[in-house]
Amino acid sequence: MTRERRRGLSALLKYLLLILVGFVMLYPLLWMVGASFKTNSEIFSGIGLLPKQPSLQGYRDAMSGYGGDINIWQAMLNTYKIVIPKVVFTLLSCTVTAYGFARFHFKGRNFLFLLLMSTLFLPNVVLNVPQFILFNKWGWIDHPLYLPMIAPTLFAQDTYFVFMLIQFLRNVPKELDEAAKIDGCSPLGTLWHVIVPVLKPALVSCALFQFMWSNNDFMGPLLYVSSPSRYPAAIFVKMSMDADAGFSWNRILALSLISILPSLIIFFLAQDQFIDGVTAGSVKG
Amino acid sequence: MENGGKRGNHFFRENRGFFFILPWLFGFILFKGYPFLSSLFYSFTDFHLFEGIHRIGLQNYQEIFRNKKILAAFATTFRYAFMTVPLKLCFALFVAYILNFQLKGVKLFRTAYYIPSILGGSVAISVLWKAIFKDNGIINLFLSFFGVQGPNWLANKGTALFIICLLRVWQFGSSMVIFLVALKSVSPDLYEAASLDGAGKWRQFFSITVPLITPVIFYNLVTQLVQAFQEFNGPYIITQGGPRGATTLVSLLIYNNAFKKYEMGMASAEAWVLFLILLLFTLILQRSQKHWVYYSDEEV
Repeated sequence: MTRERRRGLSALLKYLLLILVGFVMLYPLLWMVGASFKTNSEIFSGIGLLPKQPSLQGYRDAMSGYGGDINIWQAMLNTYKIVIPKVVFTLLSCTVTAYGFARFHFKGRNFLFLLLMSTLFLPNVVLNVPQFILFNKWGWIDHPLYLPMIAPTLFAQDTYFVFMLIQFLRNVPKELDEAAKIDGCSPLGTLWHVIVPVLKPALVSCALFQFMWSNNDFMGPLLYVSSPSRYPAAIFVKMSMDADAGFSWNRILALSLISILPSLIIFFLAQDQFIDGVTAGSVKG
Repeated sequence: MENGGKRGNHFFRENRGFFFILPWLFGFILFKGYPFLSSLFYSFTDFHLFEGIHRIGLQNYQEIFRNKKILAAFATTFRYAFMTVPLKLCFALFVAYILNFQLKGVKLFRTAYYIPSILGGSVAISVLWKAIFKDNGIINLFLSFFGVQGPNWLANKGTALFIICLLRVWQFGSSMVIFLVALKSVSPDLYEAASLDGAGKWRQFFSITVPLITPVIFYNLVTQLVQAFQEFNGPYIITQGGPRGATTLVSLLIYNNAFKKYEMGMASAEAWVLFLILLLFTLILQRSQKHWVYYSDEEV
């Protein structure tokens, strides 16, 4: 065999392997899309992707709700009542905090930075119980404004994003700030006119990840939301699964798909920023 | 007076960075520091949300080490973590390695492999997992083509935990992307020199690639391990901890104690034992770094 042919063959082999892995990975998602258009009797009669008699029954049922004051649209609306404030507050508070740590020296800075970094590794599992006790004492359980989920983001408590922004700022030359200072900019002015524009790509990544993670968050609403009319989509989908499993799978799959559709759209629109974000701050998944 | 005012002004100027981090510090004390310490205190009490609180010393901890169900949950958590993390990382590294050959269309594959990482944490995907692995789900339909009668994966004590583990392995995309960047930074000259010396592809992989990317392996190992030890959504949504406790991880146990039985003291003690185990693992890994993690000069 010539060298060229061997190389061609090895490339072909790699492609085949990549396609096979990709197929196995994406098959469940594609199946889910197809199955949501199948009739209930068809869903588990074969593993094909395309429905034999496409039906919108699953979606019609999904819209109709289970009675009570909640349906999928209300649930989606509730989700974004949590997600959007979380994203906005995270961007504001994390930028200010990262700026303070990355650009200033002050008494106790090193110690506080150590505290900040240690919270990066502080597992949530130790905080869940005492936080619940605290929020319960404050009357925040089932709060109409979802305070237990949203309030911490006002104070830059998602350390991961602060860390990512500090890492990013390290590579931004300090001369930029100093030039602004000479031009008479106050620290706040510098932050707004110099730092924020430079930070933009990192901020986009933070916003995207906070959006996805808040969308997927299940534990938060499970602990802190109890009225059905306030359920976000994550809880609503879980509830409908418990109610319907065994007979109405097209409805559950349609509901599930609706609940992840915004995330999917955002991901396809901004895939490069996601990948950059994963690697920029070194990440979790 | 004037002098003092000036000194105050000077102090203010020297430390004004502090005002930028003040909101964070306030939030830290309120949402992390105080809860963290208070949970340590609760762990030495019989705190019940509706029945008051008494100090009981080490009783919760003694119960943890005596109760077979609790010990089983810790054992299951270990099994889960030591199954999920290596599988996920090996798979992520393997796929990243193949993607790193200069193939056309790498970006497309990278995107495709990353999608599960974005959606995998959602309830919707757990629902999907249930549809795939239930007794007449698509895996068993697929197997029946070959005349194989698959087990009832989620109701079988031997397989249920592995199915939950697969859900996380399926989300290898974020680790893969991190590996891919590290692989790109390995200089091609090294491979060339090695292949001139007659080293084959496998030899190159284990003697050049792996040593050079050990910092990234270390990073992925620590973050994935911390995550795996806290897994909650998978077993809670898909199997409710069953069948017969086969997927009851410690996080589920804590949830049941705290939010079903309202035994906050016991739940806090369990959380602290889990936290200390995690801390121990992280410290051991940190310590072991100098034996296997290679930091090139510019990366330190």
